[in-house]
Amino acid sequence: MTTPPTGSLLTAQDLRKTYGHTHALDGAGFAIHPGEVVAIMGPSGSGKSTLLHCLAGILPPDSGSIMYNGREMTSMSDGERSALRRSEFGFVFQFGQLVPELTCVENVALPLRLNGTSRKEAERAALGWMERLEVDDLKGKRPGEVSGGQGQRVAVARALVTGPRVLFADEPTGALDSFNGERVMDLFTDAARSTNAAVVLVTHEARVASYSDREIVVRDGRSRDMERAI
Amino acid sequence: MYTRDVYTLCIVALMSISHTLLGLLESGPRHGYDLKRAFDEKFGHDRPLHYGQVYSTMSRLLKNGLVEVEAIEAGDGPERKRYAITDAGVTDVERWLATPQKPEEYLQSALYTKVVLALLTHRNAGDILDVQRSEHLRSMRILTDRKRNGDLADQLICDHALFHLEADLRWLELTAARLDRLREAVTR
Repeated sequence: MTTPPTGSLLTAQDLRKTYGHTHALDGAGFAIHPGEVVAIMGPSGSGKSTLLHCLAGILPPDSGSIMYNGREMTSMSDGERSALRRSEFGFVFQFGQLVPELTCVENVALPLRLNGTSRKEAERAALGWMERLEVDDLKGKRPGEVSGGQGQRVAVARALVTGPRVLFADEPTGALDSFNGERVMDLFTDAARSTNAAVVLVTHEARVASYSDREIVVRDGRSRDMERAI
Repeated sequence: MYTRDVYTLCIVALMSISHTLLGLLESGPRHGYDLKRAFDEKFGHDRPLHYGQVYSTMSRLLKNGLVEVEAIEAGDGPERKRYAITDAGVTDVERWLATPQKPEEYLQSALYTKVVLALLTHRNAGDILDVQRSEHLRSMRILTDRKRNGDLADQLICDHALFHLEADLRWLELTAARLDRLREAVTR
């Protein structure tokens, strides 16, 4: 077990998670600094999504430690973890993140509305992020009326609207062709870096990982920090 | 490894400098210096041509009748030749453009050799693949960064390199998934 580097915003040590007889995580570790983009790579079934879900407080590990900003996440209550996810974390997934009944601007404004921000204020902030992601012209459209790449940029705007300190992205370009995927990654990483947010990026695509600062490889539930391995 | 310089060097080495200079002459006669400038601007990027390369190429093309000296201008320094492409030169460019490049098959892979030797000597072949992946990604990050800040020509050059590196990485992943079978096969 190695000690995480100092100044890390989010660290995990010796994480273990078992589904039945399968060891999804078998002593995995992780560390990320503010403003850093770290790719989690590895073959299908290696445990990389499980690692992301544990780091994000979505899934409790069987054992191990996850420290966020000096607080042990594994000893928080469900309510505390939910509050943390809403206020400090942002999420971008591969599919189905937008609420189909809402317009794009309402979708982006949704996390702020849930936190009690007024509609006018939430939509003003939402539009600001939509401009950054170059999808402000879609504000009145519903998710079903926009392309996959546009929808993903709307989802990124929604992940950023609360000013999260950590963004979790699980195969964010997995459903897009390479041109649109790169456009999303360009805008996503630029926007995240401008706010000094840390990005935890799960991907099996090297071209997507090339937008990161460094990568962690997960194999058979164990992680390897390649920067420190060389 | 494809760094910015190495990759540009590869592209320049892969293309025929003489055909490229000949092709540039097709749009009109030029002095050697103008030819060098046009080449550097369009294809040289970080690796400009040496004057010596331009003049030695021109003298070879002259000897082969693919270019001719259209005018010689005297100046303060050495006299300046203006080169023009001949009909035979145009035919040569035409033939070169129409001939497909031979695809590189990469059958002699140093990495494959390393993996097999690691397995034969009971070392950790997975580690070799992980370290290589990391090295490839390091190059891809440099290229992605250059692409994001570059013009369309930069984007196309970097994409070409990125797709090749990505192909290597796909091989790495596939090999990593087959290491147990490969170990059985090579140690049998």
